Amino acid sequence: MNNLQETWVYLSASPLFHLTLTLVAFQAASWLFERGGRNPLLNPVLGAVLIVVAVLVATGTDYGTYFEGAQFVHFLLGPATVSLAIPLYRQWHRVRASALAITVSLLCGSLTAIVSAVLVTRALGGGSEILASIAPKSVTAPVAMAIAEELGGLPSLTAVLVIVTGILGAMFGPLLLDLARIRGWPARGLAIGTASHGIGTARALQVNETAGAFAGLAMGLNALATALLLPILWHLVF
Amino acid sequence: MPGYLTLIFVCQLLGELAVGALALPIPGPVLGMVLLFVWLLRRGAVPEGLGDVAGGLQRAMSLLFVPAGAGVMLHFQLLGDALLPLGIGLVVSTLLTILVTGAMMHWLAKGDAQ
Repeated sequence: MNNLQETWVYLSASPLFHLTLTLVAFQAASWLFERGGRNPLLNPVLGAVLIVVAVLVATGTDYGTYFEGAQFVHFLLGPATVSLAIPLYRQWHRVRASALAITVSLLCGSLTAIVSAVLVTRALGGGSEILASIAPKSVTAPVAMAIAEELGGLPSLTAVLVIVTGILGAMFGPLLLDLARIRGWPARGLAIGTASHGIGTARALQVNETAGAFAGLAMGLNALATALLLPILWHLVF
Repeated sequence: MPGYLTLIFVCQLLGELAVGALALPIPGPVLGMVLLFVWLLRRGAVPEGLGDVAGGLQRAMSLLFVPAGAGVMLHFQLLGDALLPLGIGLVVSTLLTILVTGAMMHWLAKGDAQ
């Protein structure tokens, strides 16, 4: 028994334990997603986050300790983002042919994301700190956190809202686009990437390379558009 | 294979350096993506090994968001207090953004090469 406890103390302090927990949780959540006929409610990112949080709360582990191990997974987000250049290059002829449509659609989507988030949250009683934290929620986390800070929000809350936005878009985006009879892969990818950044892009890539390329492009462009537009809108309109 | 992983890391590093030095409003990895894209345009084709490395990273991409997502536990209190405005704000805004962007693109890109 003592041995077991010593082993636990050793393991819980090494990055291996929380790194493995992250991988096992994701495998379990992916298995459930497949077994459940790819039901969007069983989204693997959501499932894995719930499993990880449940284990951390049950073992009384704080997030900082967990992240020391999980950072090795987190780190790969950067290289994965860089690698989106490959689907973008392969689909470049399509992107070039629709350059104007992409620009206009992206700007409309970017404005919709900002304005609707602020107006709905404010109508339901959200205070200014909450509003500044939710306004950049459709943008990839590092940019969203920097914008939230500039507007007087809470960057760490913004990180959570960004992730939830990504999961929501990955879960319900494809269903919504089906209902609206939007079937072209460029339009579907652009929509999911604009609204749900990297998590939406990851989902789009699993379905179709064209959708993935447009989603990755939209993620990058919306980061730029929101970083430029939101601070201006914030001071002029809200 | 390690050569192409190095190329991806070098693009990210150059992206981070440029964003830091010029105070650009985009993340380093996004600029890194642009740099790798420019490299591909100049080269005129995707080397097979690079395609493999990128494919591997992208298949694992959903997993990579789990550590950041678990950060939700830092804000249980705040999220509980503002559950309604935040929850409804996120759902309405995310779905509306998808619908507006998708519909605009669907409508505008009709004549483009699909």
